[in-house]
Amino acid sequence: MKRPGVLDPERRAEIRPRRVRLPEAWRRPLAVAGGVIALVWIVIAVAAPLLAPHDPLAQDLPRLAPPGAGHWFGTDQLGRDILSRVMYGARVSIPLTLLLVALSVLIGGLLGAAAGYFGRWVGETIMRVADLVFAFPTVILAMVVAAALGASLANAVLAVLVVAWPSYARVTRGLVLGVREREFVLSGRLLGFSAWRSLRVDVLPNVTGPIMVLATLDIGTALLLLSGLSFLGLGAKPPSPEWGAMVASGVEVFDSWWVATFPGLAILTVVLAFNFLGDSLRDALDPRTARAIKERAL
Amino acid sequence: MSPTSAPSNEPGPGTAAQGATTAPAPPGRTGRGPRGSRRPLARFLARRVAVALLLAVAITLVTFVLTNLVPGDPVSANLGQQALGDPAIVAQWRADHGLDRPLPEQYLLHLEGLLHGDLGMSQQSHRPVRDDLAEFVPATLELAGTAILISLVLGVAFGVIAALRRDRLSDHVLRIASLIGISVPTFWLALVAFYVFFFRLQITPGSGRIDPGMSPPPQVTGLYTVDSALSGQWDVFASAVGHLLAPALVLALYTIGLLTRFTRSAVLEVLGQDYVRAARAKGLPGRVVLFRYVLRPALVPIITVAGLAFGSLLSGTVLVEAVFAWPGVGQYAYKSATTLDLPAVMGVGLVVGLVYLVINLVVDVLYGVVDPRVRVS
Repeated sequence: MKRPGVLDPERRAEIRPRRVRLPEAWRRPLAVAGGVIALVWIVIAVAAPLLAPHDPLAQDLPRLAPPGAGHWFGTDQLGRDILSRVMYGARVSIPLTLLLVALSVLIGGLLGAAAGYFGRWVGETIMRVADLVFAFPTVILAMVVAAALGASLANAVLAVLVVAWPSYARVTRGLVLGVREREFVLSGRLLGFSAWRSLRVDVLPNVTGPIMVLATLDIGTALLLLSGLSFLGLGAKPPSPEWGAMVASGVEVFDSWWVATFPGLAILTVVLAFNFLGDSLRDALDPRTARAIKERAL
Repeated sequence: MSPTSAPSNEPGPGTAAQGATTAPAPPGRTGRGPRGSRRPLARFLARRVAVALLLAVAITLVTFVLTNLVPGDPVSANLGQQALGDPAIVAQWRADHGLDRPLPEQYLLHLEGLLHGDLGMSQQSHRPVRDDLAEFVPATLELAGTAILISLVLGVAFGVIAALRRDRLSDHVLRIASLIGISVPTFWLALVAFYVFFFRLQITPGSGRIDPGMSPPPQVTGLYTVDSALSGQWDVFASAVGHLLAPALVLALYTIGLLTRFTRSAVLEVLGQDYVRAARAKGLPGRVVLFRYVLRPALVPIITVAGLAFGSLLSGTVLVEAVFAWPGVGQYAYKSATTLDLPAVMGVGLVVGLVYLVINLVVDVLYGVVDPRVRVS
């Protein structure tokens, strides 16, 4: 197979600019698709009482009815409408996940910035604690924390928080370290900026981009972890229409495939939406990606 | 910007590796006398091992603190209602398990036990935790090891293809596929795979490590595939491989997606370098350029992510084992965490933490091997 020039993206761009290449806008649809799916889910979460055809907790339908008219996603072993439960589930999972990520960014970001900016023992202490969290696989650590605190949704959120903040601390620290010694930061300090002002005015704007990318991608990870804990019975309590717990209840009635399938698809689409968004955001912001390389070359 | 700083921008790479790669060391700080430059690789390894040992001690502290400073009460979790009403029995039980001593003393006792290989008795199975773990750890290692092999081969291959065919159809397809891969809830996928391939199509065997009725091969490594091959029981081998395939593939999907994404960007970054263009310009065949000039430097970030991926695999096993009834550490951890079986939880935390530590050490060492700059930094 001969393909001269295929290894060199720049050269290929010059020689045969439009051969099989898709138009530039092709990359955007991922962001658009992610945005639309996320928006749809947020609307569902907000308007679930208006949209859901049934009460998510009412056990008044035929049990384990397959998907059909009247109950499009079927019913579960207690005669509850799965479509309504999936819709109401958005009210449980999505706000909690967003809160969770916001808190991790805040905690991890502050600690990481402090570690990067002040260095020395403050930084060392914070980063060693972060290292320790990294020394355990996330689910195992979160599971132990959640089990120790007692099985509840709030404790599951707390457990995910414990394992989620260190990545922000680490990334923020790395970015702050990179920026700290740059001329504009130093000249700010020379002009008499306090440490806080220097962090806020000169450092922060230069680290938000990558943190945003990480946070967007992390929404998916956090939701997966949270619903995974619920699946294991360490999160939401049974009647609550939480997606992970709903999948778990589908394990018991294995041949009624719809019980587990639809809540799982709900998790998948939400996570996918935020991963689409995050990935597109990364492309737009990350100086090391293909696009930036290409632009530099032009 | 030096490429060594690249991994610091990725979400959470391996632990100790970070220290070595975040900042290119200023020239003034590396010169620690003439001795420093003589055997850089050995010194690098020694430093890494020392850090790992410190972390290992820290892990014992963390598992201990986590399982002791928590509100859950092991007494009420382990004694029946009637026994709980009798203060003498409760006190006796606490004394038996060393729970009446002050915490620092409990920790020292715990450490002393660890040095003798004593992880305590599981309050759930009434067996030494060490024996429980010896039974369950190989099952998980077999599963996770198979999954990481599959992910490395497929993930790196897909990533290279996507990078070489950047912005073409195959790149876009791979991009969407890998994003789906990292978005699927593992526990749900396990369920779907079990339902479709076992329950409906019946092309994969059901749960467990081998067919029911088959007796496991004589234990050498604890890995059924290896043990059965060693003892020449090929029917057991076939069964073990068959049982391994579905859960390993389910487990691998996430890491394949992860590795594809990172390999692609790592390879793309290298492709943009001048020396690659120079290599092409002097007429080297594409294969040589790819393997010698592109893949080797791209391996550094790939190794980071592979270490990270192994961690997420260990996480994933908890969920996959639950669905496939795979008798591994994940199930054991889950059972002991929910019943507040503290010695068992500590044992799992410790062993998994140590396995993870070793993985990160291997990652660090591979860094040093692949990228000579790391050794002296």
